[in-house]
Amino acid sequence: MNLVVLMRMVPDVVEELEIAPDGKSLDQEALRLIVSESDDHALEEALLLKERYGGRVTVVAPEAPEVADVLYTAAAKGADRVIQLRGVEPGLGVAAMAEACAAALSAIPDLLPADLVLTGAQSIEDLDGLVAPLVAHRLGWPYLGVVTAVSEVSNGTATVIKEFQAGYRGEFQVSLPAVLGVQAAEKPPRYVPVAKVRAAMKATRIEEFEAPQPVPEPLQDVTIVALAKPEATGRAEMLEGSVEEVAGKLCELLAERGLL
Amino acid sequence: MTDPAAGAFLGLPARAILWVLALIAFGLFGWRVAAYIRVLARARPEPRWDQWPARLKRFVLEVLFQRKLLEEPLIGAAHLLIFWAFVFYATSFFWNLLRGLLPFLPIPYADQAAWMAVALELFGAVGLVALVVAAARRYLFPPPRLEQTRDAGIILSLITIVLLSSLTGAGALVLAGEHHAGVGIASLFAGLLSGLGVSPEQGVQLNVAMWWVHMVTVLGFLVYIPYSKHLHLLASPFGVLFGSLKPPMPAASEGAARLEEFTWRQLFSGLACAECGRCDRACPALNSGYPLSPKELMHHVKEMIMASLASGGNGHRLLGDRVKPEAVWACMTCLACIQRCPVGNEHVPVLIELRRRLMADGEIEAHLQEALTNLARYGNSFGQSARNRARWTQGLDFKPKDARKEPVTWLWFTGDYAAYDPRLQPITRAAARLFQRAGLDFGILYEAEQNSGNDARRAGEEGLFETLMEKNLAAFAKARFERIVTTDPHSLHALKNEYQWQNGGVPVVHHTELLWELIRTNRLPLNKRLNGRVTYHDPCYLGRYNGVYEAPRQILRALGVELVEMPRHGSRSYCCGAGGGRIWMEDVPGIQERPAESRVREAAAVGAGTLVVACPKDWVMFQDARKTAGLEDKLVVKDIIELVEEATNP
Amino acid sequence: MAGNIWVVADQWQGRLTDITFEALALGREVADAFKVPLEAVLLGHGCASLAEELGCADNVIYAEHPALAEPVPETHARALAELAQQRQPRAIVIPATNTNWGANTLLAAQLGVPGLNFVVDLKAVDGALEARCVLYGGKIQVRVQPRKEPAVIGLWPGARPADQGRSERKPSVEQAPVSLAAEPKVRLKRYIEPEAGEVDLTRQDILVAVGRGIQSKDNLELAEELARALGGEICGSRPVVDQGWLPLSRQIGKSGLTVKPKLYLALGISGAPEHVEGMKGSSLIVAVNTDPQAPIFNIAHYGVVADALELAPALAEAVRARKG
Ligand SMILES: Cc1cc2nc3c(=O)[nH]c(=O)nc-3n(C[C@H](O)[C@H](O)[C@H](O)COP(=O)(O)OP(=O)(O)OC[C@H]3O[C@@H](n4cnc5c(N)ncnc54)[C@H](O)[C@@H]3O)c2cc1C
Ligand code: SF4
Ligand code: SF4
Repeated sequence: MNLVVLMRMVPDVVEELEIAPDGKSLDQEALRLIVSESDDHALEEALLLKERYGGRVTVVAPEAPEVADVLYTAAAKGADRVIQLRGVEPGLGVAAMAEACAAALSAIPDLLPADLVLTGAQSIEDLDGLVAPLVAHRLGWPYLGVVTAVSEVSNGTATVIKEFQAGYRGEFQVSLPAVLGVQAAEKPPRYVPVAKVRAAMKATRIEEFEAPQPVPEPLQDVTIVALAKPEATGRAEMLEGSVEEVAGKLCELLAERGLL
Repeated sequence: MTDPAAGAFLGLPARAILWVLALIAFGLFGWRVAAYIRVLARARPEPRWDQWPARLKRFVLEVLFQRKLLEEPLIGAAHLLIFWAFVFYATSFFWNLLRGLLPFLPIPYADQAAWMAVALELFGAVGLVALVVAAARRYLFPPPRLEQTRDAGIILSLITIVLLSSLTGAGALVLAGEHHAGVGIASLFAGLLSGLGVSPEQGVQLNVAMWWVHMVTVLGFLVYIPYSKHLHLLASPFGVLFGSLKPPMPAASEGAARLEEFTWRQLFSGLACAECGRCDRACPALNSGYPLSPKELMHHVKEMIMASLASGGNGHRLLGDRVKPEAVWACMTCLACIQRCPVGNEHVPVLIELRRRLMADGEIEAHLQEALTNLARYGNSFGQSARNRARWTQGLDFKPKDARKEPVTWLWFTGDYAAYDPRLQPITRAAARLFQRAGLDFGILYEAEQNSGNDARRAGEEGLFETLMEKNLAAFAKARFERIVTTDPHSLHALKNEYQWQNGGVPVVHHTELLWELIRTNRLPLNKRLNGRVTYHDPCYLGRYNGVYEAPRQILRALGVELVEMPRHGSRSYCCGAGGGRIWMEDVPGIQERPAESRVREAAAVGAGTLVVACPKDWVMFQDARKTAGLEDKLVVKDIIELVEEATNP
Repeated sequence: MAGNIWVVADQWQGRLTDITFEALALGREVADAFKVPLEAVLLGHGCASLAEELGCADNVIYAEHPALAEPVPETHARALAELAQQRQPRAIVIPATNTNWGANTLLAAQLGVPGLNFVVDLKAVDGALEARCVLYGGKIQVRVQPRKEPAVIGLWPGARPADQGRSERKPSVEQAPVSLAAEPKVRLKRYIEPEAGEVDLTRQDILVAVGRGIQSKDNLELAEELARALGGEICGSRPVVDQGWLPLSRQIGKSGLTVKPKLYLALGISGAPEHVEGMKGSSLIVAVNTDPQAPIFNIAHYGVVADALELAPALAEAVRARKG
């Protein structure tokens, strides 16, 4: 199978997020980027599919700080080809980036036709859309999201499992090529030891590809009014004291409501 | 004196027979030994040819004086005597053989040298007694984890024949009235023989017969050893000689699963193992019900070598059917096995090679994966922002110096747990106050400090260790300081012994060593005598790994508390279960009593009210264990820092 | 009629979901602010009767087509695009559920208009539509105005109480044919049911929920003990289920169950929007978390900054003492 994985960097929320002085964006200084969690699952699913059906995995990622590490790691895990897309930067909002990526996929030499484009079901900054359906729309391919497994790939179709709710899942038949938004791979993303990543750094060349012009402006269809941090204290009334005291107070509360 | 090899046997010249027998025996022996060497030669190299004075010293202590075996005095003494009997008898054998084969040599037979005759008599007799003790232990009171094998029976019988034939021969000589220098044991045998109706005339013949029985048995022995379980008789001295002089850590590798991927020294452990079970008895993993036995590990290494000898070729695997991944992950790298092993075996490096391989294959447990991912990204296993590393300093009424910005004498490397675990932060602050009170010129690295990588390395993530080391060394290079103190024994070990410092590095000490120095020199005056009965847990990485046993005990004695020792203390301390990355891994099913639980019970059993620790991970493990072991009202767990602060408070 | 506010009805197993009514309640406010009619859009096959429940809207547009019986977001998006092109609404509010995940984005792409995600509130500001979105796992809120119409709004749960969007009134229902000419390239083959044999958590009055903060499977025992003391059941966030500590049938949130117990006690749960959506309707939410900044405190009624592993046994003890 020819599998393409789209990966992108998003702010790491382990670090403090600061709002820039203009009030309309994040302070880039304080920001540290990390690969979007479900994109990592998309890569894992692609690697599992390659192991099962053979073929090759190509990872494409818009340029961003530390994205090279992500690409080398992908290579160390088993990706055959890694491409950094210049001229497109991830950031708040996703529509413009997804459009540029879709255009690039068609323009990158020897990439299409592919059987599947896989990417995360969602990232934490997808303000104006989701990558997978946007790319599917641009390529004119079918789309399915919240995917947790792919199987029975044959005769131009694949069986795709997606998560509904309350423990229900759905089994879909999807004709290929298609774009999938992966929620969780069949297995958690694999660990790759640092030594292998280092070896990949030596053995792998990250291909640089200039995104086809014109690259659309980010957030071109929306106006950001303001960013704000939600009140940290929130609505909750905080109970204080030692663990035993708090337990006592909670007991009172529950008793008052007839819950005991 | 007749030459026993001079006559004829069945019409053939005896000397020719001796030549033929000797050639066959040495041929078979040499064939087998060469086969072992060929197998070892297929393995990866590992230099163990350095530091000869230290090696020889250890050889003398552990082989010639059998120091480790003597830790179990009765059997140790028996083993020591058997060993020395073996040495003298072996010398006598080669001597006799040489003289028998080459009659023109201007030397007498061995027992005609008075000193040798005396030694043979003495060790022969004592050896017989020791054999009785050994046989009694093995068959009447077998210790746990000692297996009864046919091999053991054969070897005991062979030794008996060797000793008896020698003594009987000497007795026959005395009976015949020939000259024999001895201490009277030969005369005892002479009496015995005449009592059995042997005439003095038959004495000479009997002596010659015994000489032949003796020589043929020993030749048989020679062939038997390398083909039997008793290979260790041959291999173990080399095991000790080529043993690691410091806590072993295999050189960077991609790990090992198959024979030729291990180093020769790692394989050699399998050949040297006497299957005595000492490692098993010490192993916290095994004793808690984890699926790991260090003795079996060694046995599997041997099995793998044997399989390779039998079928030839590469590809014989250790990992998989022989050693399961669960076993590989169970090790706490506490070093108890290595510390106890009398033949210098190194279990931990084998396990680390296996871990590296599992790691390279991506077969790693989810929790460990998360911890390692966090280490790689944030420099701490907690998955918290590096910027929060010095958050613990909030709540101090002074701000520790930033060693990156101003020079300090002491750089304090706190380690992850002390810095990030909210339960330990008060203790970390207490340490800061103590240093401050003693007027110590110290500083920290703030967010530039990273996990030392010690446990990542032991979990098999060598590359991550290197990355973390590089980051820390880069941070050290930007700071100005003269010495390092650390509150974490795991970091201590890495910084002191495993970091590749350019320009030689700096002294690294544990906080107990520094605190004792401050107390001893009265820079940290004790204002209050503490009382109560305490016991102290030696952290593996402070004790066994770095030999720091005294400083914490000196502190405790100075504080005034009554220090009682647990049965397992000092170099025999029992791991809390956290080491080697185990603190990050999930418990496996089938655990009977966690090491930490066993340990807090041990502390309570010696009547201690306080279990004193000197490692943040111990604090966490034992706080938890005293709850799960139901000792909450009996035992408290305190870091030694807490006690020192109590005693030095104005 | 152009300029109307649309709310797309969301269905699960033949029933309208709560979030549909939450969306209607919000849509009502917005439509009133702009002084335009609120219309509900019902897509499906043979589900006309559901229209009767949509009385909060002034009018129901019912598009019936066999292909719409399947929960394929692409088909639904195409149907909506056809309708929107004919009728030019001002905004289309689509509840973001797993069932139609991505339909809002596809619709926006087909119409060439902005599509917003993570929307938790909508209002009219100086004649413009303004959305409030929750980004970065709840750490940042952003106010944003779409610049083209119709704005496609991916609405997250919890914007308004569902009851506010229910009405006894019978709305007018208008049949709206859609062609859906092309053969669908995604087909539902079957539903896979959750593993059976488990209690029905949606009917429980008391739930003790554990999150990643519980740290290990062994600690689950502490929460189970507390649940027993309280007479409730145990459930968890997704990571806990992913670890295999709890079965999938006990997962609360977007991909799990939606529950509304009388008491929801969250132990070591950060309060990610995907989790919150499954439990925010609970009558009483108590959160225990070591991090005073944890977003869960924003939606909890009572909060405790403490180690859940310590609090759980203490509370179990106190409850047992009180119950005698
Ligand atoms: C499409 C989609 C569907 C999803 N569906 C779901 C879903 O159905 N259900 C769901 O839950 N998630 C779902 N998620 C995942 C969701 O985004 C979050 O990742 C998840 O809810 C986080 O779970 P958590 O709060 O347990 O873990 P974390 O976010 O890791 O939070 C752990 C919390 O525990 C606290 N803590 C740590 N130690 C302690 C202690 N000792 N005592 C007390 N507190 C402590 C920490 O401060 C932290 O706040 C979904 C995501 C997507 C994209
Ligand atoms: S290092 Fe410790 S845990 Fe590991 S095998 Fe040896 S004794 Fe057992
Ligand atoms: S490895 Fe050492 S301690 Fe263990 S059984 Fe073998 S000889 Fe004894």
